Parts: sequence; structure tokens; C-alpha cells
Amino acid sequence: MARVMLKDLNKVFDGNHVVKNVNLEIADREFVVLVGPSGCGKTTTLRMVAGLEEITSGTISIDETVVNNLAPMDRDIAMVFQNYALYPHKNVYENMAFGLRMRKFEKPEIDKRVRQAAEILGIQALLERRPRQLSGGQRQRVALGRAIVRNPRVFLFDEPLSNLDAALRVQMRVELKRLHDRLETTAIYVTHDQVEAMTLGDRVVVMKDGVVQQQGAPLELYERPANRFVAGFIGSPAMNFVATTVASDGLWVESSGVRLRVPPAKAERVRTYSGQRVILGMRPEALRLANGGDSADYSFDSLVEVVEPLGAEILLNVRAGGAPIVARVEPSTRVRVQEKVRLALDPARVHFFDASTEAAI
Amino acid sequence: MIEGARWKKWVWFYLPLGSFIVALLFPFYWMVVTTVRPDGELYRPWNHPLYSPFWTSHPTLDHVRNLLTETLFSTWMWNTMLIAFVATLISLFCGVIAGYALARLTFRWAGILGTAIFVTYLVPQTLLFIPLAEIIRDYHIGDTPWALILTYPTFLIPFCTWLMMGYFKAIPKELEECARIDGAARWQAMVYIILPIAVPGILSAGIFAFTLSWNEFIYALVFLSSPEQKTVPVGVTSELIRGDVFFWGALMAGALIGSIPVAIVYSFFVEHYVAGMTGSVKG
Repeated sequence: MARVMLKDLNKVFDGNHVVKNVNLEIADREFVVLVGPSGCGKTTTLRMVAGLEEITSGTISIDETVVNNLAPMDRDIAMVFQNYALYPHKNVYENMAFGLRMRKFEKPEIDKRVRQAAEILGIQALLERRPRQLSGGQRQRVALGRAIVRNPRVFLFDEPLSNLDAALRVQMRVELKRLHDRLETTAIYVTHDQVEAMTLGDRVVVMKDGVVQQQGAPLELYERPANRFVAGFIGSPAMNFVATTVASDGLWVESSGVRLRVPPAKAERVRTYSGQRVILGMRPEALRLANGGDSADYSFDSLVEVVEPLGAEILLNVRAGGAPIVARVEPSTRVRVQEKVRLALDPARVHFFDASTEAAI
Repeated sequence: MIEGARWKKWVWFYLPLGSFIVALLFPFYWMVVTTVRPDGELYRPWNHPLYSPFWTSHPTLDHVRNLLTETLFSTWMWNTMLIAFVATLISLFCGVIAGYALARLTFRWAGILGTAIFVTYLVPQTLLFIPLAEIIRDYHIGDTPWALILTYPTFLIPFCTWLMMGYFKAIPKELEECARIDGAARWQAMVYIILPIAVPGILSAGIFAFTLSWNEFIYALVFLSSPEQKTVPVGVTSELIRGDVFFWGALMAGALIGSIPVAIVYSFFVEHYVAGMTGSVKG
């Protein structure tokens, strides 16, 4: 159980500034997910917490102790790697026992802990096997087992599910969540997959180019993205962005194909952009096919280009003027390619972003 | 169709393979035949009624007996084994440590140092023995096993270092990082995790180093002079060739017996050795 504090953390690799002034406070028992595209500095940040990467400037502390100059072994953390990093010459039991042996635990205690961890993960039957005799999911469990036997203060996960196939990934995601609920150990989890981030994290930290873009509860990021990057990164399919101009009265935004009224809740802030360009953001799930009763203020015409029936929903790839837009509509909807449809927008779920800074308005 | 395929297989597979094997093994066969051929057949074959160049009808072990009783061959064997073993051990130890450092530790000049070590391997022995002779004279270790034990590493260490460096680089560094997080210090991660995985590589390097030292000729010829200090390659060629007299039987017996230990080492480790050469880390 531990609190982890990252203060003004920086990392420079051969002149490349890959982590810039990261500040993060992770509460005891919290599950924090660092998410972002590759090269955003999330793994480097994690490796600095682990002690595998030197810190260029700033401090990392675990429970009030600054750990900057502590060796990985002295930080009392456990890490699960993307490629599992199981010791190929040791069997499952020895893989899990290694950390305890290194820490001079008594033999009966080692045995007790290894068997307990194996039971939690359902790998009792595999203890005598070598890693190469295991499937991907089993290896993943052994890697988790190796982390939990030590009962460390902090768990670090470096894209632990990305080597698994899609079905197994979903299953292991649920197991990870259950494991964390059971063990209640502080955890930092790195992934590039926003679905993993949203489903696992108590708090999600979105990074880009070494800078933290926004942090908060998953739904908070989804509903109130701080900027265009976060808005586009969180949610699948991604948010639609349309470059528009605010009318001189500040009440409407217009592009070649879309003309919408600014919802009253945003009116005051958008008015300051009168006559200027802003980016309109609409989530695919905030759009639906318009019916007769919809206000013309919040609907627009479009041309269907691609129909993707997914079963539970249909994704319509349409074009409104020049802008490509994806709408997520009812599975019962019947539309054909090249058909003209009118889409209605939920006014409570409209986002505006500054065209130059890309910050949310 | 099938007949055609079989014919092709003979021409493109068995025939080349067969000629390769014959070309490769014929010298050994010749060595064996010469070893057991009586002197009469060796030196005056035209006087012999049943002479055949590829076979002998009167096999004898006289040459082997002569070699073992009349010469210092067993001493040479012992010398060679001792020198090859100790030189290999020293070179492996240095090579493993240096290879690990070059592959894993990020320090200034690591790349240049690696290249520099490789360059020393490229200096021909035929040039290097001149300065080395000077050094050996200064330290008064000429005509002792130490002259070779300490000079063989000059070419064995670069060789082992490079082989091990390549092998260590093929081992995922996460294994080591994981061990260090698990509570191992760097040297413990190396001893408990990396070295056991690198065993095939270490064996390959060891076998190569052992064979190179076993067969080494020029340093042994230059640095050792008294017959009881010599190694097999030098002893056999210098003591069994007197001027223009070649003791063919004993020479071949020496060569045959001298190659047995290397053959044993190879066959014993062949599985690991092949795994080492292909750089496979079983994961």
C-alpha cells in the first residue's frame, strides 16, 4: 500500500526531451492508467518509477521517500512486462519464487506464497512447467503471479495485454480488474489502448509528446475532454471534428455542410469567438437519424458513403459538405450507400475547441 | 514423375553430399590406414606382394607403441590439454564479462571499445609473436606452459568477447530488468538469469577456444623449445621428422590420437553447440 508522487519529472534521451514536467499524485490503492500514442513518454515514465531509467530532473517518491537514487530492488515494486519476461530456464514455480528467494524469505513462506498466488490466478496445475510450454494467456498469468507473490507496495504494468489476441485480452482485462479489487495495491498501468485505459483505470492520464494532456476519471475525460487531442483519443469510434466559423452574432457555427446553433450552455464562451474559426466536436454516439420532430437548429443533411453494420449498432460514414462524419445509429436503421440522410445532434453533447490552441472552449 | 524426382534427388542431394563427406573424411581415413600400416608397406611398397594404397593386409599397432614408449607423446598430450584448458578458462571468463559489459552497460566509448577488441583479433599471429616473444623473455616464462597459457588469450579473448556479446544482445533485456526489480543486484541478475540462458553461447565459445588452443602451432613452436615442454602439434612435427626422414607411421598415430580429445569435446557438446551458433534463446 503506497502513495506515489511524481514531481516535475523530466527525461532527456540524447537531446530528445521525451518526458516533460510530469506531475502526478497517485493515491494509496488507486489504479492509474497512463495512456497515449507510441512515443508519448508513458513507458519511459513508468520505467523511471521502476528505477530502470535514470531521472533527468524532478523527483519520484513512494510514501514520502524520494526514490530517485534507489536501485529497482530497493523500491519494493513489481513490474509486469509486455513480453512477460519469464525466465526461460526456470519453471513456473521457480519463476514466481525467484523474487522471494532473492529477498531471503524462508522456504515454507515462499512455498505458501507461491501456492497462494497460483491459486488466485488458477495456475496450480502449471507450476512444474517451463514458460515455453505455456500459452500466451498462461504466461500472462505467471507474469502476474510473479508480481503478486512479493506483495509489493506498487504494481507497474507495461502494456501487459498487448501480446494477447483480442478475445483473451478482454478476458484478462476483467481478471486484472478483479485482481486489483481483491489486492487493493496501488497500480500504474501503461497502455496505448484507450478501451483498456477506460475500463481499468480509477483515473486515466492521457499523454502526448511527453506532456500530460489531461487526467481524471474515465467518464470525466470522455465527457469533458480538455483539448482536441484527448477528445479524439478517448472514445471509439473517435469524435468527429468539423472546422467551423462562429457567426458574427455568436449564436451559430457554420461550415460548408453543417450549420448548428450554439447550445445555450456554451453560448457565453463561444460568443467571444464571434467571426473566428473554432473546431466543432461531435461524438458518433451523440448523433442519430433525424425524424420530423427534430429542431433544424441541431440537425444537418449528409450523404451516406459507407455503412458498417456491427450488430449491436450501425456505424454510418457520411459526408456533410466536405467533412467526413461517423454516426452511431440504431441497429434497426435501414439506409443505403449514397442515400441522403438528416442527422440530429444531442445539443448537450457538443464540444468546441479553439482552432489554434486546440483547447476546449 | 516419381522416378524423375528420385533421380533428381540423387544428383542434387546425395551425390554432392557424398563427395563432400568423402573429401572431408578421406584425410582421416588415410591417417588411420597409415597408422596401422607396417613399415615395410610404408617405405618400400614395391617390394610388397599384396600392396594396395588404400588398404593394408597386415595391420599393426607398432607405430602407436613406438609413439607412446619411444617419444614424449603422453607428456605432449598432457601439456596440450593443460594449456588449452587453462587458456580457455581464462579467455571464457574474460570474454563473458567483457561481452556482457559491451552488450548491456551503456558507458562512453562502449562501441569504440568493442571495435578495438575486434581489431586486436585481426592482428595476424605471425606478426604478434615477435613482440610477444620479447615480453615472454622479459618475464622469464619462455619454455614453460605459462608462455602459451598467457599468450593464447591474446586471440581467444577477442574471439570469445565478440561471440558472447552477440549472444547477450539476443537475450531480451527485460529478463534482467525483471530480475533487478525482483530483488537481484546487477551481478545476481547476471549469475542467476543471464548466464544460465547463455550456456549454449558459453559452450560454443569454450569449444572454439579449446580447439583453437589445441591446434595452435606458431606460438607453441616459438615459445617452447625443450622436448618435454612441447604440445602435440609441435612435438609430433619436430620430433618425428628428422631432417628428411619422416616417421610416417608414428606421425599419423600422433595426429590421430591428438585429434581424439577435440572430437570428444565436439560430440559431447554438439547439441548445445549448434543451439549456440544459431543464437536461439528458448523462451
